[in-house]
This record gives sequence, C-alpha cells and structure tokens, in this order.
Amino acid sequence: MDLDYGKEYEDFRAEVSGWLSSNWPPKGELAELPLAEGAARFRAMASEAGYLNRNIPRKYGGGEQPPDAIKGQIIREAFAKVHAPMEARGIGSMMLVPTLLERGEEWQKEKFVKGTINGEIIWCQGYSEPGSGSDLASLQTKAELIGDEWVINGQKIWTTTAQQADWMFCLCRSEPDQPKHGGISYLLIPMKQDAITVSPLKQMTGGADFNQVFLEDARTPADHIVGKRGEGWSVSRTTLKHERNSIGNAAQSEAIFKGLVALAKTSQYNGRPALQDPTIRQRLAGLEGYILSHKYSGLRQFTKSAKGEDVGIIGLMNKINSTNIGSEVSKLALDLLGDDGMLDPIAHEEMTLLPTGGNRGWINQYMYSLGIAVAGGTGNIQRNVIGERGLGLPRDYYADRSSGK
Amino acid sequence: MNFDISEEQQMLQETVSQLIENECPLSRIREIFEGTDGYDPALWKGMVEMGVAGLQIPEEYGGAGLEMLDQALAAETLAYAGAPGPFLGHALAGLALVLGGSEEQKQRWLPRLAQGEALGTVALAEGDNVWQPEQWKLAGGSTLLGQKAYVPYADMAGVIIVGVAGPGLVLVEKGASGITTENYDLVDRARQLCTVSFDSTPCEVLPEGAAASERVRDAALVLLAADAFGSGQRLLDMCVQYAKEREQFGVTIGHFQALKHQLANMALEIEPTRGLYWYAAHVFDHVQDESARMAALAKAHITDRTMQIARDAVEAHGGIGFTWECDVQIWFKRAMFDRAWMGTPSVHRERAAQMAGW
Repeated sequence: MDLDYGKEYEDFRAEVSGWLSSNWPPKGELAELPLAEGAARFRAMASEAGYLNRNIPRKYGGGEQPPDAIKGQIIREAFAKVHAPMEARGIGSMMLVPTLLERGEEWQKEKFVKGTINGEIIWCQGYSEPGSGSDLASLQTKAELIGDEWVINGQKIWTTTAQQADWMFCLCRSEPDQPKHGGISYLLIPMKQDAITVSPLKQMTGGADFNQVFLEDARTPADHIVGKRGEGWSVSRTTLKHERNSIGNAAQSEAIFKGLVALAKTSQYNGRPALQDPTIRQRLAGLEGYILSHKYSGLRQFTKSAKGEDVGIIGLMNKINSTNIGSEVSKLALDLLGDDGMLDPIAHEEMTLLPTGGNRGWINQYMYSLGIAVAGGTGNIQRNVIGERGLGLPRDYYADRSSGK
Repeated sequence: MNFDISEEQQMLQETVSQLIENECPLSRIREIFEGTDGYDPALWKGMVEMGVAGLQIPEEYGGAGLEMLDQALAAETLAYAGAPGPFLGHALAGLALVLGGSEEQKQRWLPRLAQGEALGTVALAEGDNVWQPEQWKLAGGSTLLGQKAYVPYADMAGVIIVGVAGPGLVLVEKGASGITTENYDLVDRARQLCTVSFDSTPCEVLPEGAAASERVRDAALVLLAADAFGSGQRLLDMCVQYAKEREQFGVTIGHFQALKHQLANMALEIEPTRGLYWYAAHVFDHVQDESARMAALAKAHITDRTMQIARDAVEAHGGIGFTWECDVQIWFKRAMFDRAWMGTPSVHRERAAQMAGW
C-alpha cells in the first residue's frame, strides 16, 4: 500500500500544472470571449494537449491517450486546484458518446462526437415511458420505417434537458413481431420538429428538471440508428453501464458532509449549540463512518481499475452508497433546521447533490436526495443487481421468463 | 498510488487461512464452543511457527518486522475462520513493548513473545466501562494494588502489560507475588477473559509507557475493526450459501426478492468497510496524525455494522439460525465481543467528535 503517486506521476503533475498556468485563466483574445465560449475553446485546447476527453480519438476532437487512471486522477486534481473546466458534463458526453464510440457507424461518430464533447450539441435520453420504468424493455413507443425515414409515435418521461436538446437518443419498438428485448431499436431523433412536444414535469420540490416528451409522427432518417434493427436493447446496455458508474462519487459525499458539519456549527438543538448535543455528535460521527467507507472503497476501485483489474462487487455499490449518504445527511440536516423545516424549498438550484441557498437549500436536498436515489434505476433494482451479479444469487423467476435470453 | 494489499499480504492471509483449515476446522471450533477455554494449542503452535505471534516485532528481536496492516489482515483472516485463541492480547503486548519498553525490556521479552516461548497479554479495562488510558485509576509504581478487568488469557500469560495512571504502562511477570486471576464466563467461547487482582505485586515501568498506551489503544481498535470485518464477511457468505441451498415453495430461497434485498443490504453495509479498516491500519504506521481518529471511527463503524449483520444473519436463516447447532452463533458472539472490548461504538464516536474539534 502506497498513497504517494511516485516520481513519474509527480513529473506528470508538474507538466499539467505548468500547462495550466500558461492557459488558465484564458489569456489574450480568449480572455475577451464570453465565459461559455472561452470555456469551450479552453476545453478544445486541453483535449488537443491530451488532458481532456482522453479516451476519445483525436479525429473526433478527443485527447486520444492510452488509459491511465492515475493520470486521469492527477488531471482532475490539477484542474480542480485552479478551477479550470473539465469535460462538459451532460447526458450526451457521459452516455451517448461512449455508446457511439463502441457501437456507432463511422459517419455517426464524425457527425456527433466532437460537437457533443464541445457542448455544441445537446442531447436528451428517451428511455423511460409512463408504463415502462423498472421493466424498461416493455417500452411501447413505436418506430416504423416508411420510405427512407423512421416515423415515431409514443411518449417518453423523466427526460432531462428535453427543452434545450437538439437530439434525443431513443429506444423504440421497431420489430413488433420479435420478443420483448429483441424488438427494440436505438434511434437518434432531431428534437426541433413540430411533431415533438416537450412538457415540463413539476416535481414535489416545486422545480422541474424532467419532462414528458410526446412524439406524434416524429421523423428521423433511416440511417440514424445505432446498431442494427432490433439490437437497441444491447446498445442501450452500453449506455446504462456508463450511467450507473457515473453516479457514485465519494468527493460529493464528502462535500455534502462538510456542509452538514458547517450547518451543525451554526445551529441550535435542544436549547444549546447543536455541536454540544451528544446525540448530534453521535449521529455526525456515525455518518462519517459511512462516508469514509465510501471514500476508501473509491480508492480501492481506483487502484483496481488503474491496474486493469476487475473492481468486483464494490463497483455495483457506488450508487446506493452515495444516495444513502445523501439521504441520511439531509435527514440530520432537517433535524438541525428545526422550525425552518416547515419552509418551502428553494427549487431553482436543482440537479445538484450539494445544497445551496442556505437552510432552505437543505429542505430541497431532503426531497431531492430521493429523486437521485430513483434516477437511473431505483435502489431496489440495483439491489437485484448486487444480489444476482455481485453475490451470485439466482435471477428472479419473472425477470428470467421475460428476459428474452 | 496503490491502495491495495500486496501479493505478500495476500499470501499471508492465504497461509493463515490454510493453517486454520488444517489445524482448527469448523468441527474443532464447535468443540471449543462446548468448553470455556477459548484456546486450541495446536492452532496457536502453528501460528507461532508461521511467525504470526511476532508480526509487528522488529526482526532484530526475532519478529517479522511487519506493519499494522499486516497484523490487521491476519486478524481479519482469523475472524473469518472463527479461530479461537490469544492473538489479540499477544499482539498488543508485543506492540506495547516495541513502542514503550526500554532496550533491556525489549531484549528480554520480545524474542520470547515472537517465538511463542511466552504468551503476552494486556490489562487495560478497570470495570464500569473504564477502558481508555485517560480513565485509568490503578496507580502504577514499583508495585500494584488493585484490579484489572477483561484481560485476555491472563491465566496463561507469561507477561502482562498493565495500563496504569501516571507512567501509562507497567510490566508484570507470570508468578509475581500477590497476583490472582479469575476467568469470566463469556458469550464468545472463542475467546477468554480474566479479572486480574494485584496485591502488592511487583512491576516494572515501561519508560515510554505514557505515549505507548495511546498507541496500544489505537492498535486494539484497528485489530477489532479488522476482526469485525472478517466476521461480517463470513456471516454474509454463510447467508448467501444458505440462500442458494435451502428450498421452499419449490425453489431455492435466494430467488425471492425479499431475501435477495436483505442480503444485498448486508453486503452494502459490510463490503465498503474493508477500505476503512485498511486505511486505519495504514495510517497507524504512515500518517500518525490521523491514526487515533481513524482507529476510533473504524472500530465504532465496523463493529456496529457487523453486529447488525449478525442479527440479520439469524433472521435470514429462519428457525435454524436461532439454534446452538447453527454456525451463525459463532460469529454473532464474536461480533458481540468485538463491539464491547475496548469500549462500545458510542464511546469512540464521542472521541472522534472531540478529536474533530466538534
């Protein structure tokens, strides 16, 4: 066990820091650009230098570097230190790009990857439907090939960034004669067409991060399909794997706990400063046990993946561990808020695990942590995955029957 | 950056595991559970021959010269197997001498401890939940007068390191005048604890005992955390095995989502704590500023997790889980010991809160 990075990597860190000091904050004409544009130009330069989008070939605008988890970590640390922008987040770069790189046609990669990682093309995901949640493969949105176009009819739900999106990657039933999983195709559909209506879905917090999307004779060219007809389910598994992996993050858990300690330092509880109350002290230290376990599990996974080894069952646990922590932290926060716990949450800063907006931000977090726990598959679905893939328990009888395997 | 155990460390765990399988299989552990000795001579002899009795004792004194992490990995393996015996107290006595003893004391005792010629133990508790060095009331000088509680295998020990107010640690040899021991009737039959009474018993001060006493406490917490992790893993594995074998309604019960989720939750509680105990062991030697707090949090967190898993494990086995015949009881009771010895989780959470400046 050695928690230092070693000389080779410390040299690399010095190289990255040196590059950053001459390029961030933006210099010369770049400094004159509007913030978003300056950041986009910076990202392109950092990709060119091989620091960002490292797993993406240069011809699609990536940094094209051999996999090296330790260098990746050093880059994250060095960029974070000077507040330089990392890869553009968003469902397009996090989920669509890896899928296209693995399963897409050459022209699809050329057309979509560069614009997506630069933030010029915005995507939304058309998976869930009102009748197809955990049992996603039962989806009913219909796609028919008429002439040289797919014609799509149906309804999607929980669609983040649908208003802003230029494109949707969408699962549709294109082969109605085939069994459940074999009848699905993975289509890329332009969002800016009259046949698509986006309607925001108001959440219990009062905010609206998600939408319903109605497709009524929506159209996309015949070749805008990833994989072959009927292969959509397996193509989507590539993507869902990326989503599950992206949700567990110990840095976020640590940050939210730090926020909780700060709240405790300024709160009163049972008529005295909260930090003098033995039950609060116990609960804080109890939570820290979970946070440290999550943190060092992350370090274990990091080491395993840097060595190219399988991370094992722990890799299936990140999502539930981080959402449990988010939930437990906000429960303690609500107790610290006391009377303020009756106020309306501040909803405008959603899509974040970290409360902002003072005490009322914690009320938002109290509810929002539940939303995060459900996103990308409910906790109970993930428990099935841990039980079946992690512990080797037999698959559920009903899931077995309909799996199409 | 390498947050993983080495090949040598994996081999240490495999070798210890193999030894227990040969010398003290489950059938033998069950025999020991019918008695009150908490001891298997053949297993301890095998551990001594393998060098496990002197893992953290420097090579110049005949030990293996390894670190806390190695000691903790051995503790995990012993716990996973349900191994009985005096490993914990012996390891802590050796460490107390390494950290607190004079050169002459080290030369006199460490080789004998490393080679198993003498068994070592530590007398820390004083009853009424007094465990921590800052709470010790027994006065230590050239003689001792009073009592210590919950001392592992004191009746067998050749040397007892006793926690005292003032100098911190003193050493008492087997057969010293005025010393009497009495065994407790323990829930965990894989361990043995004694009360030790001193009546003008001669003792020697460990010159660095005050500082060493804190480190011995931290070491104890890390080893208990590692032991609890091993026990928790074993309990989970037993439940998974049972779920794959036991049939009801015509299928193995592991098909049922209710049980599958219960087992997944147990895994979610225990598996992530492996990194926590590794880190607590690592910083003991390498980042001493963090050591005391990490040890406290690891002990509090992991012993609590394992205790709950043990309760869940009884439930997951149904009626058979409640019987003496079912092996779940072995680790259920081990978890009870690990949770209580050296202070319950709430004690160490409060210490962690103080150390954070809360």
